[in-house]
Amino acid sequence: MKFNTKRGSAFVAVAVTAAMALSACSSSTPASSGATGGSTKATGTLNIVFIPKNLGNPYFDTSDAGGKTAVTALGGKYSEVGPQTGTPDGQVQYINTATQQHASALVVSANDPKAIGSALNEARAAGTKVVTFDSDTETQYRDVYINQATAEGIAKIQVDSITKQIGDTGEVAILSASANATNQNSWIALMKKDLAANHPNVKLVDVVYGNDDDQTSFDKTAALLQSHPNLKGIISPTTVGIAAAARYLSTSDKKGKVALTGLGTPNQMRAYVKNNTVKEFALWNPADLGYLAAYAAAALVKGEITGKTGDKFKAGKLGEFTVGDKGTVLLGAPFTFNAANIDQFKF
Amino acid sequence: MSTRTYAEYSQPLWRRLLLTREAAVIALLVVVVLYALTSVEFFNSKLTLTFLLLDVAPILLIALPMTLVIVTGEIDLSVASVVGLSSVLVGILHRGGMSIPLAAVIALVAGILCGALNGYLVAYVGLPSLAVTIGTLALFRGLAVGLLGTTAVTDFPQTWTDLAKAQIAGTGIPLITVPFLVLAVIFALLLHFSAFGRGTYDIGLNIEAALFTGVYVKRTKFILFVLTGVVSAFAGIYYTLRFGSARGDNATGLELQVIAAVLLGGVSIFGGRGKLGGVIAGVLLIGVISSALRLQGVTVNVINIIIGLLLVVSVVSTSVLAWVSDVAARRNRQGTRAQRTPSGVGTPER
Repeated sequence: MKFNTKRGSAFVAVAVTAAMALSACSSSTPASSGATGGSTKATGTLNIVFIPKNLGNPYFDTSDAGGKTAVTALGGKYSEVGPQTGTPDGQVQYINTATQQHASALVVSANDPKAIGSALNEARAAGTKVVTFDSDTETQYRDVYINQATAEGIAKIQVDSITKQIGDTGEVAILSASANATNQNSWIALMKKDLAANHPNVKLVDVVYGNDDDQTSFDKTAALLQSHPNLKGIISPTTVGIAAAARYLSTSDKKGKVALTGLGTPNQMRAYVKNNTVKEFALWNPADLGYLAAYAAAALVKGEITGKTGDKFKAGKLGEFTVGDKGTVLLGAPFTFNAANIDQFKF
Repeated sequence: MSTRTYAEYSQPLWRRLLLTREAAVIALLVVVVLYALTSVEFFNSKLTLTFLLLDVAPILLIALPMTLVIVTGEIDLSVASVVGLSSVLVGILHRGGMSIPLAAVIALVAGILCGALNGYLVAYVGLPSLAVTIGTLALFRGLAVGLLGTTAVTDFPQTWTDLAKAQIAGTGIPLITVPFLVLAVIFALLLHFSAFGRGTYDIGLNIEAALFTGVYVKRTKFILFVLTGVVSAFAGIYYTLRFGSARGDNATGLELQVIAAVLLGGVSIFGGRGKLGGVIAGVLLIGVISSALRLQGVTVNVINIIIGLLLVVSVVSTSVLAWVSDVAARRNRQGTRAQRTPSGVGTPER
């Protein structure tokens, strides 16, 4: 019996929804277009929102801290929002929020090159500039992309590092991720070319695949050292691989005899650099990446650049940058981490 | 002791309408909306309404059949996995050259099958729905991720992705509100104005009594799980087109938001009690709170903490209030009205 007596509540809810809709509609026109839109332009407040792939990721904590330094130096307002897990639908909510807030610029690391595109274009239609960094979207969805490193730069720094450490002569091998990873294979092809052209006495004897799995990479390192007793160096252009290889080397009698380099993160590699298993490894500096992205965003907001090829802008301590092909700005050569500088990095 | 009429037992109409759990949620929603409109910068804009309704649409949709399922005392935890599976099916079929409407129909059929599997195991085999749907949560999600791997299908035709975000003639209200309102009316009629709906409450209150009074217990439960499956699949199609992205991990964790909103809206987790009006207000309340907090730059972790606390407080408060009114009733009338609260709603053991 009780159930029939309260049937009105369903309709009350519908009425509330309608009322909410009406009130929001009627009051929106003067408020949003007049007050907020006007003030952004009039005072020129710089309000830059960073949206990483996900929050609580040490890599993005570092890059966004670089962005904060730059935004603060420029006298603007910095904020960092994002989803808990690296999914495009989570990012869309925060892109929409920035659109509502009339943020002057968004700095995004895209979880999908296309799925967040229409949300970004809605933001741009509302006057927000969009900079992608670390992971790009398709070009029609953003103004500028800050590229951390080129394939050539990544290949060259690793070849230079290993050949220098082994005295430019002897056997080396590569511990890669999976056999069909596009970026890994393009780096390996460039490394082979560089070795053949510039280091005739260095012989690449093997390429093995650890599938970016810690245990597999560990086992492959062990197998590599057994099957090639004269091996002098290993290149691992993947953060999982280099950490697993370093862990194996640090407890084996090859420690200090077989050189190891590649792409790694300071947090994973710190112990192995300090116990002399690894002399140096490379990666871009995420703090610089965020710093440059913030300066590019500010330059777009101020109208100094539009994102077309040849546009030039100054990025504080990093100097002057030029927008290249397809609206891409290159951070520069990868950064080498070693015992002298590793403690400055916490990612 | 003389016998009393029903009117003497029951409370005045205004009290029955206003002093309900549903009215409390609706009032809270109105207060939060008014506060946000006046105090949260940028909330007072047409865009807020658009984005808010687009965001909560999948939760609103799935909360409708979920309310009925929970009213029977069962639960369906697999809804988000059905959303994911439906999303992946739309993606794969579209990539294979099928038109979106045809792919959508196949996804809906898949949703019916998913719901039928849950319903068969719960209603006819007689397994507990908690265990069954935890299993199918993993099963359907596994199928979704297995079918598409870690890749995503994103090249949906713009006409369809635009349709998913379209607004009703410049009002700022998204088009998805229309199918939602149609479904809301259907489910409200089904639950509150039909014999099927009364049977649903009876099952939740006392399943044996329901059986003996002629309620088709098995059939009712089976139908409700199928409805949940098909509505979840529809939400999956919307989700895919709105974000223009079919991924195996789409909508992971959505079941918790749906169930949280249903409970916040005053539906008893033990069954037998709850109103669709309260549930809709509950979903909107969670949506408005997250939207307002996001606009103030609050991070996702803090938003989750606040919504989690709200849910716990709401569930605890129902139990405490039921207990208080029970004790008061017993003291005042010496047992004559001790049964006012339906069984299971925090009623202490006697």
